[in-house]
Amino acid sequence: MLISCKQASRLISQSLDRKLTLSERLKLRAHLFVCDMCRRFQAHLTMIRISVKRFTHQIEHDESVRLSEEAKQRIARVIESNHP
Amino acid sequence: MKPNPHEWLTEHGDYLYRFALARLRDPHLAEDVVQETLLAAMQNQTFEGKSAARTWLTGILKHKIIDLMRKQIRETPTEGLGEDIASSLPDEPGMDDFFSADGHWADSPASFNAPDGELQQKQFLTILQSCMDRLPAKLAALFSMRDIFEEENEIICKELEITSTNAWVMLYRARMGLRKCLEIHWMGRS
Repeated sequence: MLISCKQASRLISQSLDRKLTLSERLKLRAHLFVCDMCRRFQAHLTMIRISVKRFTHQIEHDESVRLSEEAKQRIARVIESNHP
Repeated sequence: MKPNPHEWLTEHGDYLYRFALARLRDPHLAEDVVQETLLAAMQNQTFEGKSAARTWLTGILKHKIIDLMRKQIRETPTEGLGEDIASSLPDEPGMDDFFSADGHWADSPASFNAPDGELQQKQFLTILQSCMDRLPAKLAALFSMRDIFEEENEIICKELEITSTNAWVMLYRARMGLRKCLEIHWMGRS
């Protein structure tokens, strides 16, 4: 018995969060073998995961992104008033 | 060695801000959490010397950001029935839009166009960001904890006091929403 696309899409998402059981893996594999839409869905989720990481990394290393002067001064004042 | 908070701010403030902004995507929240981090660092006695300052501060910042996300997830009011953790059962309303009654895709996922080249990459990431901003706050925070911080599911569930099943359902919903948004705004372009 083949699982539906709805069930397959859930398993594809969950495979990013946990190890699927053997039975789930077999069902999913059988479904993906015949369903190019779910294969596409799987590729999209993988792409999203990789892109989110790339995006995070990019901002983190973008030296043009800086604390504004106002924020720096404000934080410096708060430090001052809390300094022993 | 005597800790010097002003030096932390000058030397590491921008980096800490970028680290926070990359994860929270909100400049004001990011500024606030950097401030909180430096204050917490001043009170903390475990500082081990200048060379390790950035790593040490980033560690504190990471905890602060996760605390903030946890608060967002807990305190966000229910946004429609489908967003309520307690009602997040596998066949919740909202997912019906994606599938027909027999479980087939209502709209088949559009064909895959990975961003190509630096400019496209940049455009794609901008769209991805705006799609993440459109997710309900609760889903966005959970998604970030999982896919950006790569927190283990068990840890997330323990921290948020939700079951694994709820977490899987919410992550599924977040990914469905993100994918649909990207399909409309990115994949649908070509």
